[in-house]
Amino acid sequence: MSGSQKVRFKVNGKACEAAVEPRTTLADCLRHDLKLTGTHVGCEHGVCGACTIIADGAAVRSCLIFAVQADGIEITTVEGLSDGDTLSPLQAAFRKHHAIQCGFCTAGILTTAHMLLTEEPDADAERIREVLSGNICRCTGYVQIVEAVLDARASYKTNSKAAQ
Amino acid sequence: MSAARNVYIGQEVERTEDFRFLTGRGTFVDDYEPAGLLHATILRSTIPHGRVISIDASEALKMPGVHAVITASDIGATIPRIPIRLAPIAGLEKYLQPVIAVEKVRYVGEPLAVIVADTRAIGEDAAAEIDVTIEPLAPVSDWRASEADTSLLFEENGSNIATRYTVGFGDTDAIFAGADYTRREFFRSHRHTAVPMETRGVVAEWDAAEGRLIVNGATKVTFFNRRALAAMLQMSEKAIDLMELDVGGGFGVRGEFYPEDFLIPFVSRKLERPVKWIEDRLEHMQAANHSREIDCELEIACRRDGTILALRGKIYGDMGAYTRTNSGVVPAKAGQFLHGPYRIPAIRIEVAAYMTSKTPVGTYRAPGRFESNFFRERLIDMAARDLGIDPVAMRRRNLITAPEMPYSIGQLVPYETETAYDSGDYAAGLDKCLDAFGWAEKIKLQGRKIDGLYHGLGVACFVESGGAGPRENVRMMLEHSGRITVAVGSSVLGQGLETVFAQIAADAMGLPFSTFRIIHGSTTIVDEGFGTYHSRAVVMGGSAILDGAKNLLAQIATAASLQLECRTEDVTFQDGVARGPGGRTLTLADIAAAAGPLSANGTFANTKRTYSYGAHAAHVTVDPRTGRVEVLDYVAVEDVGRAINPALVHGQTFGAVVQGLGGVFLDHIIYDADAQLLNASLADYLLPTASDFPKIRGVTMELHRSPSNPLGAKGAGEGGMVAVAATAGNAVAAALANLKVEPCELPLSPPQLWRLIQQASERSSVGRSTT
Amino acid sequence: MKAPRFEYIRPERLEAATIFLAEHGGEAKVIAGGQSLVPMLAFRLVAPRFLVDIGNIAELKGITTDASGIRLGALTRWRDIERNEQLRRAHPLLAEAIKYVAHYQIRNRGTVGGSLAQADPAAEMPGIAVTCEAEIVVMARDGQRTIPARDFFVGALTTTLRSDEIIAEVRLPPWRPGRRWAFTEFARRRGDFALAGIALFYDTEDGRAINVHAGAIGVADRPVRLPAVEVAINGQPVTEPVIRSAGAAASASVNPADDIHAPGDYRRSLLGVLTERALASAAGLTLKESA
Repeated sequence: MSGSQKVRFKVNGKACEAAVEPRTTLADCLRHDLKLTGTHVGCEHGVCGACTIIADGAAVRSCLIFAVQADGIEITTVEGLSDGDTLSPLQAAFRKHHAIQCGFCTAGILTTAHMLLTEEPDADAERIREVLSGNICRCTGYVQIVEAVLDARASYKTNSKAAQ
Repeated sequence: MSAARNVYIGQEVERTEDFRFLTGRGTFVDDYEPAGLLHATILRSTIPHGRVISIDASEALKMPGVHAVITASDIGATIPRIPIRLAPIAGLEKYLQPVIAVEKVRYVGEPLAVIVADTRAIGEDAAAEIDVTIEPLAPVSDWRASEADTSLLFEENGSNIATRYTVGFGDTDAIFAGADYTRREFFRSHRHTAVPMETRGVVAEWDAAEGRLIVNGATKVTFFNRRALAAMLQMSEKAIDLMELDVGGGFGVRGEFYPEDFLIPFVSRKLERPVKWIEDRLEHMQAANHSREIDCELEIACRRDGTILALRGKIYGDMGAYTRTNSGVVPAKAGQFLHGPYRIPAIRIEVAAYMTSKTPVGTYRAPGRFESNFFRERLIDMAARDLGIDPVAMRRRNLITAPEMPYSIGQLVPYETETAYDSGDYAAGLDKCLDAFGWAEKIKLQGRKIDGLYHGLGVACFVESGGAGPRENVRMMLEHSGRITVAVGSSVLGQGLETVFAQIAADAMGLPFSTFRIIHGSTTIVDEGFGTYHSRAVVMGGSAILDGAKNLLAQIATAASLQLECRTEDVTFQDGVARGPGGRTLTLADIAAAAGPLSANGTFANTKRTYSYGAHAAHVTVDPRTGRVEVLDYVAVEDVGRAINPALVHGQTFGAVVQGLGGVFLDHIIYDADAQLLNASLADYLLPTASDFPKIRGVTMELHRSPSNPLGAKGAGEGGMVAVAATAGNAVAAALANLKVEPCELPLSPPQLWRLIQQASERSSVGRSTT
Repeated sequence: MKAPRFEYIRPERLEAATIFLAEHGGEAKVIAGGQSLVPMLAFRLVAPRFLVDIGNIAELKGITTDASGIRLGALTRWRDIERNEQLRRAHPLLAEAIKYVAHYQIRNRGTVGGSLAQADPAAEMPGIAVTCEAEIVVMARDGQRTIPARDFFVGALTTTLRSDEIIAEVRLPPWRPGRRWAFTEFARRRGDFALAGIALFYDTEDGRAINVHAGAIGVADRPVRLPAVEVAINGQPVTEPVIRSAGAAASASVNPADDIHAPGDYRRSLLGVLTERALASAAGLTLKESA
């Protein structure tokens, strides 16, 4: 394709490569070039949070990054949160607390919650709600999502203790 | 042979669907990419009302990667119109939408052309190069402008008023003339809508060799849509498959037949290539159904003791530019549900539907109820205050009682017959709500100003219908593996039906939950399905599963009896094992191995709606200086008859309440006086987020099973929404009662409330200065 | 909502960036965090021929706090400010205001320079810059300019930045110990742009306020100092009557336009309320909120 550039980054631990126009967003590149369709696109203007991924250790909106800007970075998408078919404690908590209805916002909420709890395993309900206010869910009313994230904290505290 | 037991129904079984959503393995329509795909972009009108003079795509067609630009002239001499699916009210059929703009455009967002290109980005580049000449005509911005009929949207119809009718019973005029107390108020519910997180999308694949069309991205009412599409394309229904994938929420708005549901299959067939169209958010705000824009003049007549004697109302429904599939549902239901759960001896409701040059209106969760409950419950509170009666006591006095069931409310909708509330104890629902909420304690705060904030408590009672007929079908198939596939005509939009249906099937057949695999929605699955809408899936689909299970068990008994060489009636079936009189046993896999896969159909037909009911209560504070409202506590109580999976019902309740509170305080589709849509983005259309309404509680009652289906379920999904504006409105009004502010119009945004407070303050200072 | 086509340039050094802009600035847009610019591209509100990504330029990074004040490199992200404990002590007003910026994911990428260049009339960083008399250092091929914040913002989404210039850093004067301060804003939802907001600080001498600085966002086409408020307080002890008259002065001194989010008179009234509440907070008083 004319005007296309090669970009290389690591996604979920694997080296990846794509040829994209500069105007291709990272969200579209992940979904359509790398076929990682777990990340969803809800608005394309940085408001809904469905496209949230983890880039170099920070939760960011992938619809607001052009793929060419992401050259050389390390990305984790929702597909990278589980270990094969084994759900992470955060994912298991979502299931236990019925924190999912249609599933469209789920990937963005998981990546955001994962980074929040990694950074702040003691986050309380108010802080969780504050951070998740950048992820819009139209189905659940957020109650069960917050319960799931609160429940998942324990596993992040264990991890951080283990790391010490 | 029966095997039924109660192990799963009523349990908070974890959802089978969750695994794929948690791991990013769902398949939503944009995830589906057949080989050779082309991408469609819709060129839409930026003018609300005008005559289409020309569309010149010559520059666009020169661009590399552009395959075609389709306009009305490419479709044929007769442009198909989107048919009415529900609520046919005489008159509305004259305002149907053509699948593409023909001689006129009538709303910002109306499709003018379809561009097909290698990528969506190229399609948008091309759209910018298309030269559209439209002669602007005077816009029709609201129902008053519509009524004036000075600018006609459909000259051939002679009027913008699509229909007007009156329903009711009793001699309301006489009663109002003689009543101790009457009050009339004007109320407004504003335009807003569902805004699911996934926008719409269609992938159409035309198979020229077979003459078949496969369309992915369908949902809600796939069988109706297939029938409509076949007629428009002049094809046999059997040659079209509408496939349901994972769906990112619908709330009534997704899944109805829209222009793109014709346009994309049409261009796929024309170009003989698979074509994908994914709606972007800007388009979605312009193109997907809007709702809720209703004005209402409502009057109540009471005895001095608060007994309601009569209601008289006028519903002014802003319909947008066209009647689409939902026809008159919104204003008709707004009229019907004015009655509510109360004993109303006489009622007269006039409903009028006005066409305006705005996006067409359709059903959004609890259509007409959100609005009418607000109107009626606000007026009841106002009457209670005027009469010096406690608003809770006034409701108790007038709520229909359990012994009065079934309670007929007559024919309040022209396209339905007389209807009756089936069962329920409305006072018990109210009591449960007040108790869970802590009303007796919290009422001490009513109207008080503490630390600069006014406190208000509000309550509202509701009744909600569900479980619409006429029928639903399932097919149940025992596979070689011993697993059972259940194919249902119901659609799945996030409600967890894969899990709920498996729970029902598992209990009906006495088998483990994991035995079942649920497939749904696509037209390939059952011969005739009716879909998911009006909270019907569990009632209709679930009841059909009970029938299918019974039929499949009969087949299993017959097949087992042949293998076991005994009489059918001597076979018992328990825990997945068939046992003969001699003690020999067979597993399901054994039976399937010998007899081959077994298959049985199930069906459930019902014309009677179910009626859930309940009450909501809210505690709010209002900052009089800024108009900001904080919801300190909100309790929603609903009797759903039977909750198959309580966690899922709660999830529906929380979601509906938050969505409803958004509809009261945040959501607002804003048009200017020239019918230009001003806020077609999520930055400017405000959806509730996790930090907006943290204190929501739900209580699900299973007090009165529905007598009209074998599950006893009443349908959940909309009950959480129906009473939110009423409850929040009453709470805000109670908070501001001492300031003599009576909110009658939604939304209750900070600037709106601030203005009401300012106006009340000016009125009272004028009053003082003249004494 | 796909962006229009552009060519992507990513200079690794500031010099390369300014040389490119000297030649192509008129057809180029500079991108850093992209949290404001990418939505504008998605809505096709802008269609530059070149997108110049300065996100990798090391010279634009860094936070310095010393006796001469605070210097924030243009690529300082909101997250960097949030996590910098030393900065929070060195400039508590800045740290407080930044808490209101957008959302978690945006804060991980959005930058100080980006916010200043975007010049949204309701944005916190431009409001702090104007209130605190910051200076904005901009670089071009031929050298640098230092622009006082009050001269930088000239209209809605409009600054005096030339198309060949890049914001390099913003400098805030040093913060005096014992200073009283407050920041508050009113938005429909957490993280939304403010309908109105106020930043203020003052020093005290013999129990009276001196050196009062007050600035507002969301009430004009740019962030504005509020001289009427400053005059109402300067030289006075900050008591409730003084606070009330400062609030009234704030309202009277602005004339916000109507827009889809709020009518002008609402914003005007809101500013008065926020001014009172901010001053009460700064002074450590509890106001009697009468009807």
